[in-house]
Amino acid sequence: MTPLAGYLLLSAMLFAIGLAGALTRRNAIIVLIGIELMLNAANLNFIAFWRFSEHPEALTGIMFVIFSIGVAAAEAAVGLALIIAIYRHYRTTNVDEMDSLKG
Amino acid sequence: MTIAFAIVAILTIAASVAAMSLRNLIHCALAMAVAFGGIALLYLQLEAQFVGFAQILVYIGAVAILIVFAVLLTRGGEAPEKSVFSASWIWGALVTAAVFATLAWTIKNSFASQREPPANVEATVKQIGDSLMTKFVLPLEVVGLLLTAALIGAVIIAMRDESPKTKMEDGRSKMEKPSAPGGHP
Repeated sequence: MTPLAGYLLLSAMLFAIGLAGALTRRNAIIVLIGIELMLNAANLNFIAFWRFSEHPEALTGIMFVIFSIGVAAAEAAVGLALIIAIYRHYRTTNVDEMDSLKG
Repeated sequence: MTIAFAIVAILTIAASVAAMSLRNLIHCALAMAVAFGGIALLYLQLEAQFVGFAQILVYIGAVAILIVFAVLLTRGGEAPEKSVFSASWIWGALVTAAVFATLAWTIKNSFASQREPPANVEATVKQIGDSLMTKFVLPLEVVGLLLTAALIGAVIIAMRDESPKTKMEDGRSKMEKPSAPGGHP
């Protein structure tokens, strides 16, 4: 296995673990952690492709990851605020019990 | 395929599996911090030092703490007595297996994954700063605006909501009678 394939497989595995958590867990906070893991797997792919590219001096992979980290931080803040607001309304963070649109 | 890569990969995978499967939410958040640390180590191995330290600062420093605060505010710290997995977990597992199989098959057959790394790659902080200030200055400004808007939005969403009637009267009563009751908790 080449080094790049190793990084890509690791990133695919992290993505799958995050997807499994986001799809199968009951707690909304764990679902958010799974989404963060998936974003990190994508970032790892960017960095690996940047390192193994033919023109690494262009720095595009690094720039994309820096902006992606910024967007992910904003997403985490808004997601957790939504979870707290929903908890205040329904008194639960179980995604199976949040099934009505009009509270 | 070096020993260092294997050790960090196993650590990251184990920590993320733990983060997705433990019962106690605080343990999940701590395992998630370990997984993010492992990913930062992988960035350092790939000679992207700036991104590695940014990952540690943003994810372990900020996102993990934010998640611990959310766990405490929603009283999710105690382990649930029911199953932690949702009722439709079997479909989630099937979708995950299909996605991973597709990705692994693609990576195995891709010609891009046969590449060898170039000899010397360096991304110094000076180079990154230079391109952030020249070529990528517009995305940088947009991300700054996005972060400001998102954080203000998060504060507004998480703020204790008053009843709409009180809010409407609030604006009027401020001008006429300052002693009128404002938003009560």
